[in-house]
Amino acid sequence: MYQYDLIDKEFLADRSAEFRGQVARRLAGELTEDQFKPLRLMNGLYLQLHAYMLRVAIPYGSLNPTQARRLAEIARDYDKGYGHFTTRQNIQFNWIKLKDAPEILDKLAEVDLHAIQTSGNCIRNTTSDPYAGATAEEVDDPRVWAEVIRQWSTLHPEFSYLPRKFKIAITASAKDRTAAKVHDIGLLMRQGRDGQLGFEVIVGGGQGRTPYVGPTIKQFLPTDRLLSYLEAVLRVYNRHGRRDNIYKARIKILVAALGAEEFGRQVEEEWAKIDAERADLPAAEYARIRAAFAAIPFETLPARSEAFETAKANDPAFARFVRNNVKAHKQPGYAIVEVSLKAPDQTPGDASAHQLEVVADLAERYGFNDLRVTHVQNLVLPHIRLDDLPTVFATLQAAGLATANIDLISDIIACPGLDYCALANARAIPIAQDIARQFADPDRAEEVGELKIKISGCINACGHHHVAHIGILGVDKKGEEFYQLSLGGSGAEDASIGKILGPALPADRVATAVDQLVGAYLNTRADGERFLDTYRRVGLEPFKEAVYAQAD
Amino acid sequence: MPRLIELTDGQAHWADDAFVNVADEDAIPSSGDVILSLARFEAEGDGLLSSNSRRVGVRVESNEEIEVLAYDLPRIAVVALAFPKFRDGRAYTSARLLRERFKYEGQIRAVGDVLQEQAGFMVRCGFDAFEPSDGATPEAWTKAASRFRHVYQRAVDDKPVAFEERAS
Repeated sequence: MYQYDLIDKEFLADRSAEFRGQVARRLAGELTEDQFKPLRLMNGLYLQLHAYMLRVAIPYGSLNPTQARRLAEIARDYDKGYGHFTTRQNIQFNWIKLKDAPEILDKLAEVDLHAIQTSGNCIRNTTSDPYAGATAEEVDDPRVWAEVIRQWSTLHPEFSYLPRKFKIAITASAKDRTAAKVHDIGLLMRQGRDGQLGFEVIVGGGQGRTPYVGPTIKQFLPTDRLLSYLEAVLRVYNRHGRRDNIYKARIKILVAALGAEEFGRQVEEEWAKIDAERADLPAAEYARIRAAFAAIPFETLPARSEAFETAKANDPAFARFVRNNVKAHKQPGYAIVEVSLKAPDQTPGDASAHQLEVVADLAERYGFNDLRVTHVQNLVLPHIRLDDLPTVFATLQAAGLATANIDLISDIIACPGLDYCALANARAIPIAQDIARQFADPDRAEEVGELKIKISGCINACGHHHVAHIGILGVDKKGEEFYQLSLGGSGAEDASIGKILGPALPADRVATAVDQLVGAYLNTRADGERFLDTYRRVGLEPFKEAVYAQAD
Repeated sequence: MPRLIELTDGQAHWADDAFVNVADEDAIPSSGDVILSLARFEAEGDGLLSSNSRRVGVRVESNEEIEVLAYDLPRIAVVALAFPKFRDGRAYTSARLLRERFKYEGQIRAVGDVLQEQAGFMVRCGFDAFEPSDGATPEAWTKAASRFRHVYQRAVDDKPVAFEERAS
């Protein structure tokens, strides 16, 4: 993992001191709420329905045990004992007092954490593959490049007042676990025929009111030219992105208005004028950052572990966990372990202070001090020995963290919704819980297979409903909460935007409707087809009929 | 005489502002330094510049592109970049391009909704004069502009970047 040096640490200390001063001026009445708002937002502090919410950045979703324990401490001491992981691999605390915020930021800075640029019209936390450094699929370690971007984008003097927020995702695997194609910039690492590494650059994807799968504007950007190219994209956007209408200010609108080809041409034109010598990093700095992600000292182990095989044969619950939550590691004898934060009746993405500590301990004892957050709001222990898996499983199980449902129907993304958020039209969390209850039988959930449900409480689409196999959008109908279903979206490498199924349904009909959709899928699916594949083959009609024919 | 904050060697201080901002509907005074809108400058700037008797500045709005000034820049004493709202970040790009791409050496002045919280970004992008709208003093300005000991990216100022500090 990247280790903060004195420079990184002093930077956070300065940031913390700055914010302490700003909060003091606000509490003393020297700043009005209007003047203070942009300052607190730049430090991740939102005013929600009931309290302040603090969003802490977890750069590219990577945490060490010390950091996880500090998050647990903050949850316990300043919040109600839990934190909420977000779809940007960050964590939010929902019950923060303004006066405590500077102290919390100090405590975060002590362990190299911060809330810089977790809000505001700036370059947000760059998201990356939670399996980075562990999967054999990747052509390079994307964290190297995510860290390059983290430093470059931190308090960028030219790009801190963009027309709107700006999100970058980076992946180096064919299987995209970052939703790169629905980001402002998606960087897909590729290996050229000559072995050279580069990025396919996707610009102008997004969700919200106007969802787009982003177009590719550059097929192959050599890695050492990354920063100058990003500078060109951001400069074109900063100058020409719309600022007259908040709903039309994201880069996707500019790209759509100009057309991808013309936008790409303007970027190339700007890029050609940039002094690469100054804009791109020197080779020594790339090497320094890369060294921080140097190979972990894995043991040489046999690919087969007797302890693991025995446990799998004897304990059906462990076997189920292995089937769903354990993924192939590049190193023989190791595995990637997904820790689901989607237990039945839980709020998707919530982790208690105790749970954070349990996972921190596991990462420390069995996992090379490495812990990841996924954009699906789960956690990952990326390097666990197969020999240790039964013990790790038992520990997770005791902490309510062994739900074996990764990518299954109850592994639901849900935004905080009307339970917390001032923007929401409807609640999202109870709907997720209804669906999880409906599919509580784990055998049935496994039979249904991969099915990604995502729920947003309003059109801003924080719950990613546009890119869900089954998307659920909360709408307000004359003061009542209704839910509009859409089918066929995907945020992965086969990205697509879902299509609306039919009229919105009342809250108590949603779980039943999902059940009906699943029924239609099971009746129609061909061998090996996921829900999404069947939908793509047969279209909307059979599903529409399953939900609405019976309703009349 | 009105005052503005100027930056010399990293220190902000009060300075007298000799320039008169000429509104488009007003006549250009017969003598003295003036700042004109870009449109007015394009129409009447040449005459003023060739008389060589006074300094001329241009006010560029955030939706105007500074490239159109490229030819005249060596003769322009002040480019005043407007922030209609502090959230409008286009002037940062304009300032950077003026310094880095066009090697402009005259004054770049921040006007409009100019707040001390933006001081650091402005200085890094090449602004060296400020008309703060929040009543900031030069002391507050210097403090705000030098709050961070380190920076992570190259910009117009000569501050060593983190990777340069690390290498040294």
